[in-house]
Amino acid sequence: MTPSRIDFRIIADWIRPQSRVLDLGCGDGSLLDYLARSKGVNGYGLEIDDAHVGMCIKRGVNVIQTDLDAGLSEFDERSFDFVILSLTLQAVKYPDRLLREMLRVGTEGIVTFPNFGHWRTRWQLGLLGRMPISPALPHEWYNTPNIHLCTLRDFAKLCRDENIEVLESQVVDHAHRQRLGFRLFPNMLGEIALYRFRRAALP
Amino acid sequence: MKAIPPDSVGLVTPARLQFSEPLALSSGGVLTDYDLVYETYGALNAEASNAVLICHALSGSHHVAGYHSLEDSKPGWWEQHVGPGKSIDSRRFFIVACNNLGSCFGSTGPASQNPATGRPYGPDFPMVTVRDWVESQARLADRLGIRRWAAVIGGSLGGMQALQWAIDYPERVRHAVIIAAAPKLTAQNIAFNEVARQAILTDPDFHEGRFYDHGTEPRRGLRLARMLGHITYLSDDIMREKFGRDLRGGKLNFDYQVAFEIESYLRHQADSFVGRFDANTYLLMTKALDYFDPAGATEGDLARALSGIKADTLVLSFTSDWRFAPARSREIVKALHDNDLNVSYAEITASHGHDAFLMRIPRYVDILTAYMDRVASGADA
Repeated sequence: MTPSRIDFRIIADWIRPQSRVLDLGCGDGSLLDYLARSKGVNGYGLEIDDAHVGMCIKRGVNVIQTDLDAGLSEFDERSFDFVILSLTLQAVKYPDRLLREMLRVGTEGIVTFPNFGHWRTRWQLGLLGRMPISPALPHEWYNTPNIHLCTLRDFAKLCRDENIEVLESQVVDHAHRQRLGFRLFPNMLGEIALYRFRRAALP
Repeated sequence: MKAIPPDSVGLVTPARLQFSEPLALSSGGVLTDYDLVYETYGALNAEASNAVLICHALSGSHHVAGYHSLEDSKPGWWEQHVGPGKSIDSRRFFIVACNNLGSCFGSTGPASQNPATGRPYGPDFPMVTVRDWVESQARLADRLGIRRWAAVIGGSLGGMQALQWAIDYPERVRHAVIIAAAPKLTAQNIAFNEVARQAILTDPDFHEGRFYDHGTEPRRGLRLARMLGHITYLSDDIMREKFGRDLRGGKLNFDYQVAFEIESYLRHQADSFVGRFDANTYLLMTKALDYFDPAGATEGDLARALSGIKADTLVLSFTSDWRFAPARSREIVKALHDNDLNVSYAEITASHGHDAFLMRIPRYVDILTAYMDRVASGADA
């Protein structure tokens, strides 16, 4: 499989070969499948959706059907090298709790989320006075599964508050491409944010 | 029956093998000589790498699929999932289904003749455990030339055997499929079994298990045991859906005959069980369930009990199953991923209760089929 999605490639670059990985909200298992092939990782995907669970099993990806909002209590501390939460943070009931859980069961966390600070979002809300709809956030306000949207700055602040050390971050557009200017103005131009982080050493 | 459906394995004939090497049992007892009755569907390939073992539950048998004769009104108990083109495809796999020791469907059990006395074993038939069954099935595999199962599959008590296989013979199980099972029974589960046993044991026709000698059987006890069992195999929802408070004759009769449809259903189930099932076997099977506890050998640490497993595993549960609830399956899943083993788990939405594992539920079929595709492709995930 060729990594057509740059977010997959960025995540793969961040992950050490042969790591143990837990993918929260693993969807159809394509990321885990890609990481297994490109990096030799092994691990599990957690997924609530019936159809997605079936697709994972077809693909040969280990999947455990579960509700992330119920927590990760069945996983012991430090069971994984990486815990990934890809485009799911904004859809869970307790993002802060889940981040803490990620760093309990894993050494490092990787989170990707749609950036609510993107200029198009700001334009729609700030000037047009409408809830934003964009390729990265395609739902109407009344049917969106995205209940906890945030900007890059918001996420960085949550990390500081939670004593989480950000190791790397990147932004891409909704087609998962990188463009000129993303480095300079990530919170304005980036549509999807990717973060790698770990528990900060206690001061 | 008029014609056999094309997606059935068709007419099948059970086979019987005699074993004369003594089988040491968990109880300390020994079976010196015993028969195993089994059925097979499909063909074993040249490498003997496509063999699948299907383990049966409490009242099941080796008759998993197909028909014994054209007069049979019903096919085997897992016809829904086993046959050409079905989830467990007899065109791809050599499917073996063994009747467990202690059963009343052909393999040596309490109703069989005790060579020491020339009379039926009755209560002298030793208690058998899930481990003992696995041991006897391993000997059957040896005789059939099967070194390693592509998969060992079972629902309920059958799922427990699949798990035990993976524990006891890690090199001989490539995949385990554990459906609607539990790593051990809860107090509530044991309680139901104990009521069922008491119904049999206190029936005056039980004669301490020697009812064969009296030309009778504890019909009342067995009927009650079966009725109680059936209540626990169904969910409250499906009972409401199927029977509700519907009246058999449309009105209340103010007597103790059948008034409600649910009473009629339970009586029918009980009637069709008696004469077909042996009371001593029922006692044995429920004890095998109660005693099953692989973590018993590891101070209750299930992860440690499962640490030697090499098989990849699929665990399935059903939302409305309260006899072996999804949470119980999750205990198995946790113990497997604690050992970094390849495991997948799906919770199938179904209103049928524990019995759902016997049903043809589209999502259940899809997932089982997808997983068996993997088994067939030889991929170890």
